[in-house]
Amino acid sequence: MAMGKGELLMWTYNKTLQYPINIKCPDPKLAKVIISQYGGPDGELAASLRYLSQRFGMPDQKAKAILNDIGTEELAHLEMVGTIVHQLTDGASIEEIEKAGLSAYYTDHGVDVYPQSAAGEPFTAAYIACKGDPIANLQEDLAAEQKARATYEKLIDLCRDNPDVLDPLRYLREREVVHFQRFGEALRGVQDKLATKKFYMNDMKTCE
Amino acid sequence: MSLEENRNCGCGCNNMEDGTVTSNTNNCCYCETERTVDCEAKREMIEQIRCYDFAITELTLYLDTHPEDEKALCLHRKYCKQAKELKDKYQKVYGPLTINYPCNKWRWLEEPWPWERGNY
Repeated sequence: MAMGKGELLMWTYNKTLQYPINIKCPDPKLAKVIISQYGGPDGELAASLRYLSQRFGMPDQKAKAILNDIGTEELAHLEMVGTIVHQLTDGASIEEIEKAGLSAYYTDHGVDVYPQSAAGEPFTAAYIACKGDPIANLQEDLAAEQKARATYEKLIDLCRDNPDVLDPLRYLREREVVHFQRFGEALRGVQDKLATKKFYMNDMKTCE
Repeated sequence: MSLEENRNCGCGCNNMEDGTVTSNTNNCCYCETERTVDCEAKREMIEQIRCYDFAITELTLYLDTHPEDEKALCLHRKYCKQAKELKDKYQKVYGPLTINYPCNKWRWLEEPWPWERGNY
């Protein structure tokens, strides 16, 4: 999509996962809960859309960059979580799917990867906020990273017996911690900028 | 093992040229005997590329909030260069990692996708 001034807004797909995933045996029981990090309230889809949408309104270069680049990394995490769910359900028998409590999911989606929460709520943009206020937005992002970390920790508890699944979950949890750190630094940058400059927030435009 | 500009693992087998062999695109070479060796080499290379890409991502986020850090900047430059060299080498042998890589035939379809089991 052309953005004016000759800038291009685009992504290029890399045919590798950010971190390797190789789940040898399907286990749809785990897929049923991990799907929350795909399309649930604190999942990777919500994270990427939140940051990539908020970046347009950021007042300084660092905050724009960090939202852009973390938002992009979240898309790679979305692919990782989708891969985990796919490998946990692909090749599972119908009995295993029933036993995992996935009959309702199977009815509507088969073993496709559908963005929903562990409780079956379909993804909604109501999970994210774009408040028109950079401080409020960055505070939301800090909270979002903590909630995602907490979710991964709960999933790590639930997947404790499956090392193939635990390994990428631990990696994803660790990334939330790094992102939290970077958002904190970006927030301080924005606060400093707003403190040192006269900053009037109103919608009155001078047209003449 | 030599890295030649086709999917031949260097074992001298040219099965891939006649078009009759195998629809199993998961094999990195069409010669069964050398397949495991080739897969191992391929996996090692992709793992190294992944390490570089991770380091670049991590340094990028750091530099976004610490743009004055010369040491990080220097590392970023170094890893970008090394990643590019390794990716060029990989793509020449095993096919494209991105759509920016020119091919004589459309090899984007031949290589497995990263979410497919066993192709991490």
